[in-house]
Amino acid sequence: MTVIYNGRKYAFAFAITTLFTRRCSFCTTNVSTDSGNFILRKVKPSSSQIARYTNEAIFKNKTRSHWKAVVGLEVHAQITSTSKLFSGAGTEFGAPVNTNVSLFDAAIPGTLPVLNRRCVEAGVLTALALSCRVNPVSVFDRKHYFYADLPAGYQITQHRLPLAQEGELEFHVFIPDVHHKPYIKKSCIKQLQLEQDSGKLLHDEEACRSLVDLSRAGIPLMELVFEPDLEDGEEAAALVKELILILQCLGTCSCKMEEGALRVDANVSVHREGEPLGVRSEVKNIGSIRAVAHAVKYEIDRQVRTLESGGVVVNETRAWDTDSRQTVPMRDKEEKQDYRYMPEPNLPPLRVLLNGQHAIPDIKKDCVNVDCLRRKLPELPRETREKLINQYGISAESAVILVNENNLLKHFYGIMGEKKSRDPKLSTNILIMELLTILNKNKLSLETSPFSSYSLGEVVDLLQSKKVNLVTARKLLQEIVSGNPQSPSEMVEKYGWAQITDSSEIEDVCTAVIEQNPRLVEQFCAGKTKVFNSLVGKVAKITENRANMALVVKVLRDKLSKIQNS
Amino acid sequence: MLSLSIRQISRKLKDGALLPSDVCAACLYQAEKLKTLNMFVRLTKEVAEIQAKEADSRYKNGNIRCLLDGIPVAVKDNYCTLNVETTCSSQMLENFKPQYNATMVQKLQNAGAVLLGKCNMDEFAMGSGTVDSIHGPSKNIWQSGKCATSIEHVHSVKVKCREFYQLSPPSSKGSCSTVEEDDWFIAGGSSGGSAVAVASGTVFAALGSDTGGSTRNPAAYCGVVGLKPSYGLLSRHGLIPLVNSMDVPGILTRTVDDAVTLLNVLAGYDPLDSTTIRDDFIPLDLSQDIDISKMRIGIPQEYHCPGISDEVLETWSEVADILEKAGAEVVSVSMPHTPSSIACYSVLNQCEVASNMARYDGIEFGLRTAENRSTEELYASTRSQGFNEIVRGRILAGNYFLLQRNYSQYFVQALKVRRLIAQDFARVWSSGIDVLLTPTTLTDAPRYSQFISRDNREQCASQDYCTQPANMAGCPAVTIPIKLSKQGLPLSLQLMSQNYRENLLLAIARWIESVVDFPHLELDI
Repeated sequence: MTVIYNGRKYAFAFAITTLFTRRCSFCTTNVSTDSGNFILRKVKPSSSQIARYTNEAIFKNKTRSHWKAVVGLEVHAQITSTSKLFSGAGTEFGAPVNTNVSLFDAAIPGTLPVLNRRCVEAGVLTALALSCRVNPVSVFDRKHYFYADLPAGYQITQHRLPLAQEGELEFHVFIPDVHHKPYIKKSCIKQLQLEQDSGKLLHDEEACRSLVDLSRAGIPLMELVFEPDLEDGEEAAALVKELILILQCLGTCSCKMEEGALRVDANVSVHREGEPLGVRSEVKNIGSIRAVAHAVKYEIDRQVRTLESGGVVVNETRAWDTDSRQTVPMRDKEEKQDYRYMPEPNLPPLRVLLNGQHAIPDIKKDCVNVDCLRRKLPELPRETREKLINQYGISAESAVILVNENNLLKHFYGIMGEKKSRDPKLSTNILIMELLTILNKNKLSLETSPFSSYSLGEVVDLLQSKKVNLVTARKLLQEIVSGNPQSPSEMVEKYGWAQITDSSEIEDVCTAVIEQNPRLVEQFCAGKTKVFNSLVGKVAKITENRANMALVVKVLRDKLSKIQNS
Repeated sequence: MLSLSIRQISRKLKDGALLPSDVCAACLYQAEKLKTLNMFVRLTKEVAEIQAKEADSRYKNGNIRCLLDGIPVAVKDNYCTLNVETTCSSQMLENFKPQYNATMVQKLQNAGAVLLGKCNMDEFAMGSGTVDSIHGPSKNIWQSGKCATSIEHVHSVKVKCREFYQLSPPSSKGSCSTVEEDDWFIAGGSSGGSAVAVASGTVFAALGSDTGGSTRNPAAYCGVVGLKPSYGLLSRHGLIPLVNSMDVPGILTRTVDDAVTLLNVLAGYDPLDSTTIRDDFIPLDLSQDIDISKMRIGIPQEYHCPGISDEVLETWSEVADILEKAGAEVVSVSMPHTPSSIACYSVLNQCEVASNMARYDGIEFGLRTAENRSTEELYASTRSQGFNEIVRGRILAGNYFLLQRNYSQYFVQALKVRRLIAQDFARVWSSGIDVLLTPTTLTDAPRYSQFISRDNREQCASQDYCTQPANMAGCPAVTIPIKLSKQGLPLSLQLMSQNYRENLLLAIARWIESVVDFPHLELDI
């Protein structure tokens, strides 16, 4: 259908329509896959990359303590919907090029937009979850600019009177090893607006031409404009993480950043404390949650470096480049555009029914009912965390981690739901520390994990009743990963892994260890208390890690202090 | 046969005196014969013949769909027609074959109407003469030397009424010398092709579009009925827009009754046009004669404007007198913002034009020039070659008005003025006025040479003066021919009523129509 020339550089073009049926790969954003491992890194920051990053951050913070950064985000979230915002065309990701295109999406003359009610409902639901004020009447505007991926020459958006305004998002910022404790941060939401997506350009460098794919044109988006309330990349990443949790919980967006279903643009500026705000730049093309943190941090550092070396920061749009891990200027957006906004005349003002408006006769029954949607709101991540802290008494850190990873939370509820007597803190520790460690070691993800809440619950029971110690518990988990079909309690029974808690048995082993290791005992008595651990280790070895180690420590200490005093 | 009304021809079809194919063939013959009037951009002969054949069998089997079944019609070339070129008289769309039917076209088709062709218009409906078209200008059939003015009146039964209400005598028929080859009377515009097609008996009804008077203006000059329905009553889906907030599909017929037939087929909610009203449309029924003595007719002073001809003024006051004589209350009213309508319109029109025309970039459809240095160069060259000077001028002005720094000064200001104009109407209706009676145009049809002596912008400003305010308010308006001028050209008047009161509007229009008994052209020659 559509073939055009590439940008400014090339001077050849071929209108070969058949090329259009060819499948083309997704090519807009650079995609990083690290988002899936986010939670694992937070728990076990084994990756040297993270360690390096953290050290750098601490070092840099010292040298530029007088600089303050101001960060605001704009998020485009694709609304989960089977059809487009203003047409009946489909929306599935990865559909063959130019297949999900209605006449309206191609801006064929005479076609008119028809608003998709489901998208309005999704927008209102999201607005309510973000404590926004939903406007009883909002309007659509045309935003004009010429670009080959924008067939009508304008985008239909909500500029002057959006669907909702003045919301806020509260989230925990918590990167273990950077922050000791999670802290709560709040970012205000300026507005939430509905708008259509553009198509995509596929640049064929060899043939010096560009191809247009309109399958994405008209896909429904919610744009969330946040106030510049943030101070660094980690806060920005934490905000995005929390937003993703909310949208996924509502089911209004898949939030698959790798598919472009959630796109984050960051506005960044720096200034010296007490001075007016600096010139801001906008960073686009951020493909994952970690990339949000990295891109913002890079941009802050770049601006500080620029200013400290006597340069100036210019108002520009930059792109995050995942390979070189830096922001680079985007040439396309150099010129400042006047978008010549105009109200969309083909869509009547969008009315939604607010509290108490039921009596107004001229508001039609088919309006989206805000109160009905409010009643449909599910438990939000913030409420889940509060519930975990208040009802189960677990720490804020653990609550953040559990809520951030829905599979962990499901296991937690599974374990606790089965037996009320189970210790929530112990259960949480098994999940956050032991389960994640063993998955990480075996290069497994939570999605593909072989663990059931039932077997995890048994491990908790065995530990709680002191039937096994932690070392055995880990062994049980590894057995499950290795494909042992037996339940943890069956394994303990069968392999005789029960913990030795009989004090006389432990005393006997301890006595034997002291007798067999006179040198270590001598060193201990001479004040080298470190060797105590070696002695404990020997006991563990003899008992095949089955001894109740707390008891072992107590017995050994008693015996050694007697020797010392004698 | 060709001068019959839809109701009359339909009766003949029902009686079996004629077959739709016979009517279609006669119309195609007429079109061929009157080719020089340039009313059609494209005749859809094959489509028409197939549709007429289908109608033949429906009439034979007694499955007649409605009054329009088997009746030849035409549509303006800004309605999308499936697989039939839709050019908007612009080079930009010369090769554009829509993959869909406009809702209006589909409804005509569903009613069994036979599509004879696509009618000429000003490029993208920007004009009031049908002179700015890549297909060349359309010519008025009156005084074209193609037909004689019939002394036979359509409503000859009403001769008594005519004598009673007495219009000043029409000029002697055909006394005026026919115009020279290179000069003729314009058809009016922008739906000039549709008006000529109806006036010349080539079709029984045609669709125009009306944004500032584009249906009523040519209807008035060509001596046919031109109805601009209420905004939101008829779907715009598939009508290539000029100004979305004012565009309405227009109906052109030879009688008010025929306009009602068309309206009943075309009106109603369309899920594809979000600006159509959702209430169920109740078909109009004019079978009962109205009691004219219960009507209050408003004569807005402001429509008596500079440039208005004596003949038009005389016609206006004669009809007002007729109404008064019949017992109606005729009152002078004031609509003070009327003179601002044109200025206001020119801002709103140009803003929407700038926006609506942005899609013509040579990428997805339409003209694409051979320019290949860059995408931007391609846009520039395609758009400067594809649009005429008038379109380009309006795009430029519209983009200027929409600039952030100008927006409140022009666009917002124009919206305020628009509201004031709409309030003028609201005030009139709430004061108990049923309809407003005004001229449609300031004169009878001008000659081509005279018309082109002023530029498009100046022409639109005076041509649209009386018709434009109805588009601002969205209210229905109809123009009906009253009598002939000294030159032997039609003189018409306009009636306007409150939104969605088409029933009352057309009932009064029909009463006037029957009383004034406008002479019709002798078409079957």
